[in-house]
Amino acid sequence: MSTPEDLHRQLGLTDEEYERIEGILEREPNRAELAMFSVMWSEHCSYKSSRIHLKTLPSEGPDILVGPGEGAGIVKVGDLAVALRLESHNHPSFVEPFQGAATGIGGVVRDVLSVGARPIALFDPLRFGPLPVEGRVPQTVGERNRFLVEGVVSGISSYGNCIGVPTVGGEVKFEDCYSGNPLVNVMCIGVAPVERIHHARADGPGNKVLLLGSKTGRDGIGGVSVLASASFGDDDADKRPSVQVGDPFTEKLLIEACLELMEAGLVVGIQDLGGAGLSCATSESAANAGNGMKVNLEAVPRREQGMEPFEVLISESQERMLVIVEEKDAERALSICDKWGLAASVIGEVAAGGRLEVTDNGSIIADVPAASLGDGPIYDRPIQAPHWIEDLARQEVGASPPDDLGKTLLELLAAPNIASKSWVWEQFDHQVMLGTVVTPGHDAAVIRLPSSSERIAVSTDGNGRYCYLDPFLGAQHAVAEAYRNVSAVGARPIAITNCLNFGNPERPEVMWQFAESVRGMGEACMALGTPVTGGNVSFYNETSGSAIYPTPVVGMVGVMPRDVIPPPIGFQNEGDVIALVGMTSDDLGGGEYARTILGKIGGRVPRLDLGTEATNGTVVRRLIELGLVSSTHDCSEGGIGVTVAESCIAGGIGASLELDDELAPHVWLFSESPSRYVISYPESRSDEVIELVAGSNGHIARIGAVGGNELIWGPEIRLDLETLTATYKRSFAEAMGYAR
Amino acid sequence: MTKPQVGVVVFPGSNCEQDVVHAFRYLGAEARYIWHHETDVSGFDVLVLPGGFAYGDYLRTGAIAAFSPIMDSVRAFAHEGGPVIGICNGFQILCEAGLLPGALRRNTGLKFRCIPVQVRVETTASPFTSSAGEGQVLEIPINHFEGNYFCDDETLSVLERDNRIAFRYCSPDGETTAEANPNGALANIAGIISEAGNVLGMMPHPERAIDPEVGGTDGEVIFRSVMAASSLVTQG
Repeated sequence: MSTPEDLHRQLGLTDEEYERIEGILEREPNRAELAMFSVMWSEHCSYKSSRIHLKTLPSEGPDILVGPGEGAGIVKVGDLAVALRLESHNHPSFVEPFQGAATGIGGVVRDVLSVGARPIALFDPLRFGPLPVEGRVPQTVGERNRFLVEGVVSGISSYGNCIGVPTVGGEVKFEDCYSGNPLVNVMCIGVAPVERIHHARADGPGNKVLLLGSKTGRDGIGGVSVLASASFGDDDADKRPSVQVGDPFTEKLLIEACLELMEAGLVVGIQDLGGAGLSCATSESAANAGNGMKVNLEAVPRREQGMEPFEVLISESQERMLVIVEEKDAERALSICDKWGLAASVIGEVAAGGRLEVTDNGSIIADVPAASLGDGPIYDRPIQAPHWIEDLARQEVGASPPDDLGKTLLELLAAPNIASKSWVWEQFDHQVMLGTVVTPGHDAAVIRLPSSSERIAVSTDGNGRYCYLDPFLGAQHAVAEAYRNVSAVGARPIAITNCLNFGNPERPEVMWQFAESVRGMGEACMALGTPVTGGNVSFYNETSGSAIYPTPVVGMVGVMPRDVIPPPIGFQNEGDVIALVGMTSDDLGGGEYARTILGKIGGRVPRLDLGTEATNGTVVRRLIELGLVSSTHDCSEGGIGVTVAESCIAGGIGASLELDDELAPHVWLFSESPSRYVISYPESRSDEVIELVAGSNGHIARIGAVGGNELIWGPEIRLDLETLTATYKRSFAEAMGYAR
Repeated sequence: MTKPQVGVVVFPGSNCEQDVVHAFRYLGAEARYIWHHETDVSGFDVLVLPGGFAYGDYLRTGAIAAFSPIMDSVRAFAHEGGPVIGICNGFQILCEAGLLPGALRRNTGLKFRCIPVQVRVETTASPFTSSAGEGQVLEIPINHFEGNYFCDDETLSVLERDNRIAFRYCSPDGETTAEANPNGALANIAGIISEAGNVLGMMPHPERAIDPEVGGTDGEVIFRSVMAASSLVTQG
């Protein structure tokens, strides 16, 4: 049998960390305590490698009610509190895509619920390795990637649809690096009256601690599987941790029961059970209130017999919440849970003095200072710029034009990164709750809020390829693109949340990518007035030493008054002017044209001027407020060519574009210069539009006119609407193996 | 004139009940929730079984909910001639409870589908379609995995003979083509009516097509019809 000293290494704790635990306890930790420290001090729970960088992010602003540190960030929108949270479930989704994606939703929904908000919208930023159709990876790898897409989408569909929270946006992107490690991020938005925000605080010694939801089982003890197999000298198959399995039905009941408990005024404090299970929820909520807690493990409703006490403490069984209630309210709280058919029991009480005391049928299992579990080590890990950065930047992309610009445009429209993802979002209920004013397939989702004169717009964005080439600039682009998407529907961006997906932080190159990304994100958020309300860090996204592109994903929220009508992305009227807000330069570096058409990952990431980004966003919002435009569309991947084609397809009408005499044709069409929008408006409003843009120091240029049933650009491009539409709308389903 | 009283049954796992209540209130009716453990439905003019995943759709869609305490009251209410609408999961429950014939199978494409579809009004001689025009085409969203209606040949011929098919999936110009059928439903059936004519089951969600800000207004005619019918009953 191994000694505790050996055990700590197997659990992923360093010798220094172990000594620190001994110092805190003033004795050797027992096995259960060691298990608790190991999960709570893990990278996932403690943010030990990222914390010193994250604290540099701007997190305050006039609209921020609750910043980083709670289950979800909260912004004020009118009289309402809007909660936002973005999480990752990358590794589970690689192992078991359906359940991995499903339980990812469950987790982020409970985060939002834990601050007192009703979850009202979900978004899924997803990254996969290329599909077989692209021919970029070996056939078996492509098939595996397709299987993962299929499974993840089904898992989201199954779980999200069942809990009755609409999935209204997200992204699906493909890069070679994600073959060994897909990214399954999920964002949840919730809403609550401002006065009903709740906190993860176990206030009031003597108050009762309720555990409600699913019963506790052995699922999700994977992080400490070594404990189960080695330390206890027992490798029984039935003790092996099982994959976490989602139960969306129970989640739905949990949502309703928790909201009823809150509405009845019974909740003193509330916290979800996520990573590290009961260990985390009990210690964090106690520590947040400067209290301790007495927990009786025998009172925890269990799914199976013979569980070890430490297993109960660190089990990550899904669909559970911890609620602190006053003693006099305990009975009533239990009866509400009973009404919803949920298992619930009083598992302990809040105690003064700051110690977390865990007992099981009278014997002491753990006795530690509650705050010590959340007060893990903090590391300033070494950073080192990778050698490849300069080589990649020097790569030549797109000096010579393609033979056939029309064919190239169709190839881009068919590419999995650009083609319509309706095959994906048609599997998601994006309408339930009757709040979805602007549906998936647009630049940002627009959601109306119950009894409010305000609406919110939300977009998730992230460009791993840019971040691979230049993490500082790439992260800025993520913020800027989200800002553009939210502005394109007429909303004023007010805050972001993030999910930072990176490789192994113990490698200095990865840590450099992380530090640079955080620095870039912070500067962009500062410049654009969108503070960071919190976020999530997912490290160790790599397989066999090959890391993913650094992929910071941004979820941005904007607000707009109810009487401002979000314009469609599609062109509307024969004869309308098509104009470009913003300037086009030679920015093919790192772009979709370079990747998909030339097969090159390289070049310089487009320069981004945050002042221009803000100016152009403000101008576009103003044009929308004044009702001057017929359509707006963010111009990004695939440049003007793809953007105009999308506006034709969405509007069911053609366009003729004018020639540009400064840039080479393919550069003008496919360059991805930032801060641009393609807008259309009636000729009669031309003067007003131009005056407004020029008066705001913005740049606008007429690039064509709406009309006919073809997309025409000089003698080079002449594509009929039917071909454009079929290519754009059918390619993704076909790439997934569904011919329609 | 008193407002029609609409009761919306809430099973554990229902998730469209708030939308149905919103839609009826938007149209001027009184609407409130009925928890599935309740058994008193007196005072209601219309009962609605909303969409969702009652009991998580475990075992089989609608199979467990069909045995909820409220269902005896729903059955009695229907027996007395009270109008009952089952939408999506509600339709599945009505089939499982024997209030409507047939069953809903998995969509032929084996995918959940949330898309707008067109349906053609097949009869106006019902309390649910009396305000519509014969052959009128309505655009209403569907949102389901199990919407593939099926019944045996004999039942189908009875449904057709007695004018009990309420809606069929159709193209925008009203043709009931195979391409317009989103789930493989027998004879493009999107909704059917009970033998006595007062129970409607339909897969599309009319409550999602009532508020013009979200999803259009084509569903309105169905709820308005049943509201008009119920106020006639109330006044009579």
